Order: sequence, then structure tokens, then C-alpha cells
Amino acid sequence: MKHICFYFQVHQPYRLKKYRFFNIGKDHFYFDDYLNRIIVERIAENCYRPMNALLLDAINNNKGQVKVAFSITGTVIEQLKLYAPDVIESFKALADTGCVEFMAETYAHSLASLKDNDEFKKQVDRHAKLMEETFGYKPATFRNTELIYSDQIGAEVDELGYQTILTEGTKHILGWKSPNYIYSNSIKHRVKLLLRNYKLSDDISFRFNTNKPSPDHFFTQLLDEEGDTVNLFMDYETFGEHINASEGIFDFMKALIYKIAQSEYLKMSTPREVALACQSVALLTVPHPISWADEERDLTAWLGNELQDDAISKLYELKDAVLEQKNQGLLHVWDALQTSDHFYYMCTKWFADGDVHKYFNPYDSPYEAFMNYMNVFSDFARELKK
Amino acid sequence: MRVLMFGWEFPPHIAGGLGTACYGLTKSMAAQGCEIIFVVPKAHGDEDQSFIKVANASDVEVAYGHVIEDKVMMEKLKVIQINSNLVPYLSPEEYATETTKFKEGHQFITHDVWKERYAFSGKYGANLMEEVARYAVVATQIAKELEGQFDVIHAHDWLTYYAGVAAKEISGKPLVVHMHATEFDRSGENVNTVVYDIEREGMMAADRVCAVSNLTRQIVIDKYGIDEHKVHTVHNGVMFKPSDETEIERHIDDKIVTFLGRITYQKGPEYFVEAAAKVLEKVDNVRFVMAGSGDMLNKIILRVAKLGISDRFHFTGFLKGDDVQKMFGISDIYIMPSVSEPFGISPLEAMRSGVPVIISKQSGVAEVLHNAIKVDYWDVDALSNAIFSLLEYPTLSNFIKEKGSDEVATLKWDNAASTIINIYKSLTSE
Repeated sequence: MKHICFYFQVHQPYRLKKYRFFNIGKDHFYFDDYLNRIIVERIAENCYRPMNALLLDAINNNKGQVKVAFSITGTVIEQLKLYAPDVIESFKALADTGCVEFMAETYAHSLASLKDNDEFKKQVDRHAKLMEETFGYKPATFRNTELIYSDQIGAEVDELGYQTILTEGTKHILGWKSPNYIYSNSIKHRVKLLLRNYKLSDDISFRFNTNKPSPDHFFTQLLDEEGDTVNLFMDYETFGEHINASEGIFDFMKALIYKIAQSEYLKMSTPREVALACQSVALLTVPHPISWADEERDLTAWLGNELQDDAISKLYELKDAVLEQKNQGLLHVWDALQTSDHFYYMCTKWFADGDVHKYFNPYDSPYEAFMNYMNVFSDFARELKK
Repeated sequence: MRVLMFGWEFPPHIAGGLGTACYGLTKSMAAQGCEIIFVVPKAHGDEDQSFIKVANASDVEVAYGHVIEDKVMMEKLKVIQINSNLVPYLSPEEYATETTKFKEGHQFITHDVWKERYAFSGKYGANLMEEVARYAVVATQIAKELEGQFDVIHAHDWLTYYAGVAAKEISGKPLVVHMHATEFDRSGENVNTVVYDIEREGMMAADRVCAVSNLTRQIVIDKYGIDEHKVHTVHNGVMFKPSDETEIERHIDDKIVTFLGRITYQKGPEYFVEAAAKVLEKVDNVRFVMAGSGDMLNKIILRVAKLGISDRFHFTGFLKGDDVQKMFGISDIYIMPSVSEPFGISPLEAMRSGVPVIISKQSGVAEVLHNAIKVDYWDVDALSNAIFSLLEYPTLSNFIKEKGSDEVATLKWDNAASTIINIYKSLTSE
């Protein structure tokens, strides 16, 4: 039986408020609580509540045949606790069914894996602890921010105790190979890689509105896929937020999940189960980091232009000062400033078609994003050194 | 496509944005196969008494290299010069004052280049409206004489609209009018109703209206009541003089933040001053320069004194020629906080000189530029914050400098020309 592996990313950053240079030195509160609140409340209403309810029903009605996986960042959990605590409860209810896997990632959805090893390890450990505390689940599978992965990162993750990693089934890495098999890290062979089937994943997350696939048709496509597993990885906000309920996305998902659950040929599994059940077919060499973003599937959405590189380097220069720090408030800011979204907003790749980048983006231009971030950073750096 | 075009300035006597725009546009249109007869008033003190002078483009010496080297342009473009002292950038009231001054025998001296280059002969009509009407009479004559030599008429800005309409009536050919600015941009809300009426009548009579930005297009629709289906946005391109390596000397280490333009309400100079005061509270190695002259200058000087920043805020008076380039050369930031700017070419010149720019969102150029920082003109906090960031974060200013000079090189007239040619085609096939 072929595995169908659904994994959903749940994340919201702490967006910064408009922080002018006059604020530097006197205002040490950086976040736009109001905006963060209305966005989290809106997504809870449009997506988290209805989709969690849909999944819970599907799990209860299909006797262990419905399996899904989540990666939920620390920054979104903190905000849900404040603004929509019932959503946490509904994730707990999903956890209690035993049919849901929670994965490890960086606590703040950060780019630490690319900049600072110690910080990376620390954040992954903290996130795993949070998963245990919140959902009573000890993560066994790792997914990095935006599925960022390379041979090196894979080897480091192995040291952290995770032998299964999710990443993108990037065409320029796979070539003729199929994403529907398990591969191994080229340095640590015991580390198994699950690759996102971007064609079918994006048929739902990016092309649903235009193509309106029917559950039957999509199901047939899943049947037709060759391989051991079809990995459908996507942002959870796809359901009800990026794609409106009126487009029929919930009905589609419900019908699709029921069809797969009742199929003789397909079997829904979590990443952990897939990794246990399937053998690796080959080593995958990924010398340069890949991600699931944009056409390029590389890091250029977050790093690469001078603004992004400067901002992130300056941030990690503060690490030593942070290590000495005991103030919880400042440590919280340190987390929040590492969130990858801030660097994403500074991306200048798509002046022309920034559609995806505009989503949830509080800035009109990358320059504004940089100016605001650096003002906040300047004050934070002053505070740390006090 | 053969076009009869009415303008009011063209090389060699170009000073303002319109002459530059007409030159860039017609050059690209000629390259794309249009034949253009360009009619332009000529009033720089020539003693030529002939009513109409037709010049080949090769006779026209240009600030942008010699036209003669451009074969296409030579074949495709004819320039007709009419003796008239139509003066761009002068309001009817100003025209009256200046003409009277001249008649009283005073030498007309001003530091405003828009006015300076015109010698008033006194031979012509006593007021601007008479000149506009006279231009229309000439246009009628031209349209008659050139019958069968053009397919479409194109008139630039209100001074030529009567001429365009008259030519249309005589020839029965379709008329396109081109709004490079509206009376609201020139005068704020206190519009000159006569000018407003001419603009409106011209647009009503026209088959199509070109607006230099979406901003201008919206004004045309909202404030002139023109049918939105016939108003098209045609963003300007830009064309630069070959740079003549002016030696730049810096005598001070402080950073320099520059405002360069007419010191009038619509250019937003007071927002520049308020932002300067805010930045100076936090940063001490910076100086602000306001280059230009205009009716708000005294008010601005008083405000600067009142804010107590006169030691860091400098006025240069009107700059011309090389001084403009020198000013850009020593500037670290260029600001255009216009309240209302139909397009706005000066930020592009600054960017070309490698100066990062901050422009108001209320400018047409903001619609096409990516590598500039954009703020609402009234948002002094945002403006001062942007100045501060460019001063304090060298990564930002270097990045925007580099990307900006790349970007201005891509803003060509060719796009505007092909849009306009398509508009002509839609008219002539109707």
C-alpha cells in the first residue's frame, strides 16, 4: 500500500510595530499587538477552528485510518495562548486521538540552522520541550524552517537526535528521481529524508482556486503516482485563509481524506510511520541549502540581498550578549527577532509579482521592512548592553 | 502613422520637463515608425518674422547629442516653429505681471530658468489667453496647409489644447490630448478657472486623453469629469544628457540631505523642514540643503529660524546648469516630498547620480519606481525616519544607490511610445 503523508505547517510571527528612530532609547516594546491579535484571531476563525474540527471528525469516523502531522512554531503557540486559547485545546484533542504527529522545528521559525549552530540546537530543544508540555508528544521527526535543508544541516539534526527529516522534493536536486521514495542524508546515512511532492502539494495550496480539482480526480492522481509515499506538505493557513471556505476547500479536503481512508490501495501515515515502514532507496546529495520557497527553491527569499544579510548578521552578533542575559522579556525579543518572516519582508526579488510575499506582509516595500527592523534592532542592542 | 503634434517647447530651447518629455517621446515614436510634424511656439527673441518656420530635425541642436547622428529621427521628424511667446510654467496672472513689467521698460530679471529664457518682445498679445487663442489660429492655418499629411493630432498640455481642437475641427482627424500636469498640481485647490476650463474643454473634445501617471488619470476623471474609458495612463520614460564628469568637491564631512525644486506649496518644502528638525534632534553630522526659489521661500526661512536649526539648514537659491549636477554630486540623500506631482523627473536624475531618494507617494514617479523610499508627503515621522535610516544604515543607502542607478537606466521612452501608437491605431481604425 502506498502511503499518503499529510503534513501542515502552523506558524505566525510577531510582526513589529511601526518603530521610528525617535523611539530608539525610550520605547522598548516592539510588537504590533493589535495587528498580531487581529491576524491570529482571523486565522483561528477562518482556518484553525474549522480545519481542526474537520480533522477530528474525520479521525473519529474512520477508526485510525486518518493520520496527519503538524509542525507548530513556538511563536504561534504563544500567540494562540493569548488570543485564541481554544485552538490550543483543539490541537490537544487531535493529539489525544493518537493519529497525529507533532514535529520538531526551531522554536521561533528561525534561520538559525544557517547562521549559528548553538542557537539552532537550543531552539530545536526548546521547541521539542514545548511540544511535550503542550501536547504530551515527544517529536521524532524534524522539519526545518521553510523545509530548509542541506547535507550539513541533516548531519547536525542527526546529532540532535532526529533521524527523519522533511524537505522539498526540489527538481534541481532530484533530477530524474522521484520524490515519492525515501532517501538518505549523504553524510549520516541513517537519516531518512521525506521529500515533498511539490506538484500535487501545490495543486492544493497554490492552484486550487484556479484549477478546482475534484476530490475524485485528485484521488486518482494519488493512485497513479508511482512510489512508496506521496508527501503532501503545505501551510495550514491554506485551508480557509489563503483559500476561502466559499471556494469549497473544506469540502474538498473532507471528501479526499475520507476517500483515502477508505481506499484499499492508499494508506494515510504520519512521517514517523512512513520512515519506519519504508527503506531508503538512495543517498541524496544536497551541498547547498534548499527550501520550499518560490521557483528557485533556495534561500533567496530570506537571505542574499545586502539588506537581509546585514540585518541577520548584525542580529547574530548579539548572541554573546544574549547568553549573559537573564531578563525574560529580552530573551523573548531575541526569539521574535530571529523569526524568518522579518527577512522575508526584506526580499527584493519580486518587485513585480510579490503575490505570495505580500501575504500577511505589513510593509509596502522591502526598504520599509529593513528600516523598521533595524530601528528595533538598534534599540534592542542598546538594551542588551546595558 | 503620421502625427501632427502641438507642444510648447522642444529642443534646443528646452528647460522644463515637457520639452524633455516631448523630445524623448517623439524620438522613440520615430524609431517605431511614426512620422511626426511637431509644432512649437518660438519666442526667444529671434528676429525671424516669418509666420511659420519649418525646420528639419537636423537643424535642431540638442542637449542630448546631435540629432543629426540619428538618421531615423531626421527622416521622421519635422519641427515647425511659430513665433509666439507662450510661456510654460507661467500662470496667466504671472504672465500679465511679467509682460507689464517688460512694457514699463524694466529689464526682466529672474533666477527662475522657466521664465528667464524668454525675451518679451511686446509684439504679441497682452495676456496669455490671447496667446493661446492666437496659437489656435496658427494651428488652423497649419492644419489646412498640411491637409492629407497627418492621420492623428496630439496636443501636449493646456496651452496647446485650443490649437489641437481647432486642428481637429478643420481636418476631422482624431485628437489625443496629453496631460503632463493638471491645474490642481500647479495651484492646489485654488485653481485658475480659466485654465481649468481650457483643460476640461480640450479633454472633452479629445478622442483620447493620455495622463502621465495613474495619479493624474484619477484627477482627470474625478475633478474634470472625463469619461474614464478614454483616459489612458502613459508613464513617462527618462532620457539623460551624457554626463559631463563635473568635478565634485566636498568641503565638509557632514552628510547632506537635499531638497531641489521650486519652493512652492505643491512641492511640499515645509515637510522637508519639519523632518529636518526631527532628524537633527538625534543626529549631529548632517546638514540640510534647500535649493531653489519660489513663493514660499520667506516662509520657509522663518520656519527654519524658529525651529532653531539655521546652523544646519542651508539655502542655495536657484540652481542652474552644472550647479544642479554639483548639488546632486555632494548629496547623500535627495528628497521630493511633493504634495502633488504628476510625474516628477528630478528623483530619477538624482538616482542616476547615485543618490538615494525619498519620494512622496503622491507623485506619479512613485508608481513606476521600486528602488526609492516612498512616504506620504504629510507623514513627517515617516520622512524623518527614512532620512535617519539612510544616514545610519549604510547597507541600506548603498543597496538603494546601486539598485536605483540600475533601475533608472531601464525607464525608457519606448514603452510610452508604443502605448501611444496603440492608442492612435485604435482611433484610426474606428
